[in-house]
Amino acid sequence: MGWALLFIAPATIGLVALYLWPFLSTLIKSFQDVPAFGPATFTGVDNYTELLGDGEVWQAFGNSALYTAIVLLGIPLAVVLAALIEQAGRGRTVYRVLFFLPVVTLPVAIGMVWRFIYNGDFGLFNYVLSWFGIDGQYWVADPRFTIYAFAAVGIWMGLGINLIILGAGLQAIPKAVYEASALDGAGRVRQFFHITVPLLSPSIFFVTILTVIAALQMFDLIFIMLRSVNNTALADSKTIVYLFYEKAFVQFQQGYGAAIAIVLLIVIMIATALQFRLQRSWVFYG
Amino acid sequence: MKHTWTAALAVAATLLTACSSGSGSSGEAAPAEKVTLTYANWSEDQAPAMEQIAAEFQKENPNIAVKVQTLPWPEYWSTLQVGAAGGTAPDAFWMLADHFREYAKGGALIDLSDTVKSTGIDMTAYPKAVSDSYTYEGKIFGLPKDFDTNGIWYNKALFDAAGVKYPDDTWGWPQVQEAAKKLTDPAKGVWGIAAPIDAQGGYYNTILQAGGSIIKPGGTASDFAGPEAVAGLKFWADLQKAGSSPTLKQLSDTEAVSMFENQKVAMYFSGAYWAFRFHNNADLKGKVDVAPLPQGVKRATVTSGIGNAGYAGSKHPEELKKFLAFLGGTKAAEIQAATGTVLPAYKGTQQPWLDSMPEFKLQTFIDAIEYGVPLPVAGNTAEWQGLAAQYLAPAWDGAKPVEEAAAEYQTAVDEVLAKQ
Repeated sequence: MGWALLFIAPATIGLVALYLWPFLSTLIKSFQDVPAFGPATFTGVDNYTELLGDGEVWQAFGNSALYTAIVLLGIPLAVVLAALIEQAGRGRTVYRVLFFLPVVTLPVAIGMVWRFIYNGDFGLFNYVLSWFGIDGQYWVADPRFTIYAFAAVGIWMGLGINLIILGAGLQAIPKAVYEASALDGAGRVRQFFHITVPLLSPSIFFVTILTVIAALQMFDLIFIMLRSVNNTALADSKTIVYLFYEKAFVQFQQGYGAAIAIVLLIVIMIATALQFRLQRSWVFYG
Repeated sequence: MKHTWTAALAVAATLLTACSSGSGSSGEAAPAEKVTLTYANWSEDQAPAMEQIAAEFQKENPNIAVKVQTLPWPEYWSTLQVGAAGGTAPDAFWMLADHFREYAKGGALIDLSDTVKSTGIDMTAYPKAVSDSYTYEGKIFGLPKDFDTNGIWYNKALFDAAGVKYPDDTWGWPQVQEAAKKLTDPAKGVWGIAAPIDAQGGYYNTILQAGGSIIKPGGTASDFAGPEAVAGLKFWADLQKAGSSPTLKQLSDTEAVSMFENQKVAMYFSGAYWAFRFHNNADLKGKVDVAPLPQGVKRATVTSGIGNAGYAGSKHPEELKKFLAFLGGTKAAEIQAATGTVLPAYKGTQQPWLDSMPEFKLQTFIDAIEYGVPLPVAGNTAEWQGLAAQYLAPAWDGAKPVEEAAAEYQTAVDEVLAKQ
């Protein structure tokens, strides 16, 4: 027994020190008024009631929800791409590497590059649009477009991981099923919808869970891409985690920031629980 | 059950020691022992000068090593705040007036009042507007490092091309508006001026020039909706309306200073701190100079400066005080001046700075101290300043009358101030 404790100690201490303790202290802070320095005072649920009446918080949740919804469109895209790459034979590795590159690139670097691409006056994106006679926009300076611009990058960034997970799922589907269906006269498209998608559904479900959680926590893109000194689009484009950062670290309101973090945690938990409930009707565990 | 408790205790003990080792040990290092101080800043441009100052200090104090840490600006304040609250802050660090109050109020800064007395530092050697910014409830918590005032940076080549006379100290507001219009050439993608929603380089100055104030005395209410303040804000909205500036969207995509460096705008109201960057930009060689801000009802510019402050929880308070006194002295100022990094705050040490970039009329910035007004700070300054872009953008865009946007901004600022 004593030895057992010793062996699990490294993992347990890490878990407690790096996850449990910060979580508890965040939970406690969310019920306090925490000045930048000096002692905190308990204020009950004040932070939460203020939060519910704060238009900025609602707007930030709205932005995060919109962002998440668009990024989810990347999953069907990833399923189709994964199936196509699976067909590619020898070239598979090349495609996988290409799609995986954004995953191993620093988000900061990605944000910087896309900021240049989206630049309204000199950006590559508007230049490409001009070939088709489409008027360019200020994608990361106009609040009407910012969330969509982020989401496009978000899809591109998430694609690599999704392809790896889905690719592994595809390889687990027995070849015999395809052969049998081919004998019965099923074409490639029919096979995709009637064999690949249902048998891949556990992997798709897993990818969906990960995507929703990551999307609701989006921070780095907005931080890098809207960071210029007086960006007038920032006020309308904040995501919930950006708002948390701003409250806790720029405006010295740690208690309020902690309350935002707790509410986000609850939202993520509800979203995940909901998905687990819904999966019963569409995920197929052969 | 018993074992569970042992485990819990072990974990708790580890946590406790982990927490206390950071802040607890108030080291009284023997003078002979070699100690290391950390000194944090946020400027790659200035880091070499900071290294040089640290080396100079080490030469005089062989038992104190100084490690210069350069953090990127977006991370600087969160790192410092978390460090100060958790006991791991750098010993010495740069401070800004708008963050200072929170740190001083929270007891995170080391009190330098006695050090100033014992080492005979002459506080009148610094611009008063800056040294006042680092005094809280009569105690000195920071010594001015540098200061900045504002001027009109202008591109001579663009002025020559448009046949417009260079700005000088006779200019008032109408001259700026007229020149900006004449200099604008949409065909070439050149604008007369950059008119972003910029407080320090922009509308704070024009509000003061119109005879207005930004925060009312007492610091419990703002004054953005007063007729003078509205006039000061209108100055910028008018430039936007006339098309003499890139739009707000363009200035969000590409910062005003980059527009100026790319020679897309002919005039840029801003501080002395850009001199070094413009000086090092080969494309701008011989093309850039600076003139005083235009006169409104009167002359005015906001002035501020970085201060050097120390962490109250430092393990080596005595050595730290010694280092901060050195940073506030003439030698550190002279190194900064000679390397051209910034305009040092210490009186009489600015000549080498002027000489280091003779192509600019840098004396403009020193002369401006006479009519300099401290950067306004009140309550949670970062919070209400953060609201400016959102509330003032409709005025700049022409979507709302300036009066209306100003009144709404004032209400929002006052709400923040009322929270204190």
